[in-house]
Amino acid sequence: MNGDIMTESIPQSAPAPIVSEEKPKRMAIIASAGTLDAAYPPVILASTAAAMDMEVAIFFTFYGLNLIHKKKSKKLKVSPIANPAAPMPVPNIVGMIPGMTGMATWMMNRWMGKANVAKFIELRDICLESGVRMIGCQMTMDVMGVKAEDLIEGCELGGAASFLEFAKDADITLFM
Amino acid sequence: MAEVHQTLDARNLSCPMPVLKSKRALKSLEINQVLEILATDPGSMADIPAWTRTTGQELISAEERGPRDFRFLVRRLN
Repeated sequence: MNGDIMTESIPQSAPAPIVSEEKPKRMAIIASAGTLDAAYPPVILASTAAAMDMEVAIFFTFYGLNLIHKKKSKKLKVSPIANPAAPMPVPNIVGMIPGMTGMATWMMNRWMGKANVAKFIELRDICLESGVRMIGCQMTMDVMGVKAEDLIEGCELGGAASFLEFAKDADITLFM
Repeated sequence: MAEVHQTLDARNLSCPMPVLKSKRALKSLEINQVLEILATDPGSMADIPAWTRTTGQELISAEERGPRDFRFLVRRLN
């Protein structure tokens, strides 16, 4: 009797096979540094991943928040202090002289320009145009006194849980 | 010889711009149309094929015509 009922409740025809759209690959990046040299890798990889049809989110935390700060992201710098790989490697005591950070930054920008590397802002714009989610860390904003209107258009605000919700299904996860 | 429907001049651009511009140009084509990409970035010999493989487009050809002179033909499949 029970068997009959169960048999009846099972649909006679098998459900149509689900045409599975392959799930897009996903990349999650944490950008935690705010210097000119550290600004490039997140936007280079994010824009390229978007061009490769991946879903991308970048979580900007601590100094990384500068990369989506309207004003600060326009004047990112690279320091020669404690940075033997700097464009202009100098002893730390020389790097401390006023103007040395400006000079190292100028040199790096010049080298990047000579090698025809796109500007950071240009790459960041391409990220936004191609659907890369940019999440500003709310806690960092509170710590550093950054307001939502200080950040560029198109970014979201969130915390650790917002990032993890996206990153839990990521194929690639990078901390930069 | 595949008929070229659009040419992208990505010469004098560094990574990742050739791939980013190729993506944008290919999206403007119809399915089955062919994009010609000209590039000078030596990395593009590895990167353009990696991009077509990942996105399921057809790389018809990848030629190194000289030092820093690369030409690719990509057919849009999706």
